[in-house]
Amino acid sequence: MRRVRIYQISVIAGLVLLLEALCLAGVIDKITMPPPHRIAIDFVKLLLAGKLYREIGKSLANVLLAFALAYSIGIVTGTVLHGYKTARETLDPLFATYYAIPVFAFYPLFIVIFGLGDGPQVLIGFLLGVVAVIVTTLNGLDRVPGVLRKTASICRMGAFETAMHVTLPFCAPYLLTAAKLALAYAFIGVIGSEFIMARSGMGYEIGYAYTNFDNATMYPLILLILLLSIVMNGVLTHWEKVLLARRGQR
Amino acid sequence: MTSAHVALKSVSKRFPASAGGQAVHALGPIDLSIREGEFFAVVGPSGCGKSTLLELIAGLTPASEGRIEFEGRAIGNEIPDGIGVVFQEDASFPWLSVRENVEFGLRKAALAPDEKSRRVHDAIAMMGLGEFSRSYPVQLSGGMRQRVCIARTLVAKPRLLLLDEPFGALDQQTRLLMGDEVLRLWREIGATVFLITHALDEAAMLADRIAVMSARPGTVIDMVETNWPRDRDSRIVEREEFGAITSRLWKTLREESMKTMGRMGAAA
Repeated sequence: MRRVRIYQISVIAGLVLLLEALCLAGVIDKITMPPPHRIAIDFVKLLLAGKLYREIGKSLANVLLAFALAYSIGIVTGTVLHGYKTARETLDPLFATYYAIPVFAFYPLFIVIFGLGDGPQVLIGFLLGVVAVIVTTLNGLDRVPGVLRKTASICRMGAFETAMHVTLPFCAPYLLTAAKLALAYAFIGVIGSEFIMARSGMGYEIGYAYTNFDNATMYPLILLILLLSIVMNGVLTHWEKVLLARRGQR
Repeated sequence: MTSAHVALKSVSKRFPASAGGQAVHALGPIDLSIREGEFFAVVGPSGCGKSTLLELIAGLTPASEGRIEFEGRAIGNEIPDGIGVVFQEDASFPWLSVRENVEFGLRKAALAPDEKSRRVHDAIAMMGLGEFSRSYPVQLSGGMRQRVCIARTLVAKPRLLLLDEPFGALDQQTRLLMGDEVLRLWREIGATVFLITHALDEAAMLADRIAVMSARPGTVIDMVETNWPRDRDSRIVEREEFGAITSRLWKTLREESMKTMGRMGAAA
């Protein structure tokens, strides 16, 4: 195992142990937070009981839908915009200020338009992620060497073929970064929306448990979200490293 | 080596004014006739439009005036079939292995899978990359990456091979050896070769004819016939005539290069 990996694991284990000690010593009271070992036990019990599978499945499906929409539409939009300088320059100020806009503020409006179903939650997840994907795609495409485009032209490839076989493969590491951002934003958007105003989903269950002092449900669910996002992010980071290593960039 | 394989008739290239800048008359008028199977080189001072000339012939950019013909047909807005280009910059695809890079050259070829596979194998072997066919470009030296690009171009069996300073990024020894490789390939494939270079010795060693271009806007101000035998290699630099050819090229180019430097000095 690499030394850095040992340090990383040691830091996390140290923080968990510190939290455990603080909880057991009563510095952090039980109502605020149970000790980590208790959360782990509750986490296993929650999964074995299976009563929240439907909520977990619903939230994950919405996260994946928001991610898939933000990622695919973001890449297509970024690729098309890259070919139209004026359109890109027109939209650049919007992209630059986009994350200053509190998308959650529009949630009530989306509910009015789309109802109390899953639509508004997926839309929030999508809206949070799509611009990050567009900007990252544009960033990657800006770095494609002109000589690769000329090579594609000499091979008599059209714009679509060039994008699919030359420019997008070249910026694959950027597209993986975009995937990580889209996934993180999809989790934030969907779980956050469920937390604010929904009748089901993991976010709703966390909120419900919070108002009822049900730490045995709230903390395991938070831990589950944490583990899911870490695992998904870890897989993407692994592929990013493989791609960069193949290009001698890491 | 009789018929005109590539013909340029009163060809000029002007670039329109960009924001805050002036329109640039980059090239021309140029009249050229390149014979089938000929090894033709172009030398000229920096910024004289050598690479623009190559891009015009490749169909990568349209001429502002005049007509360019390849095998008797005008080069319009489409890249003509039968043309291959090797650029100075590394144009290997970093996400593809050597074999996949070479296969890329046959994307549009309507060939049976067996024939494609045979051609790829032959091109890789011809460039001495057999044991690296599964390697990625990052694992190869600059010279080997350039060989990958040449193999990718040759696999499509171009009838006109355009070389844009293909050895510009390589060291002197590698350049001489690559020059030998190019001469060997030229004899083997029988294509017409159009080489752009700033190295006078490289042009004198490789070409049957050398066009010397003026400072911008580039026009042809001298045409040098080398009269080398077809079966030649880098040892030709030891001949007396080699010195005479490079001297003549330099004599013509010196004044043009000074004009370019004077322009750069004035701009500064």
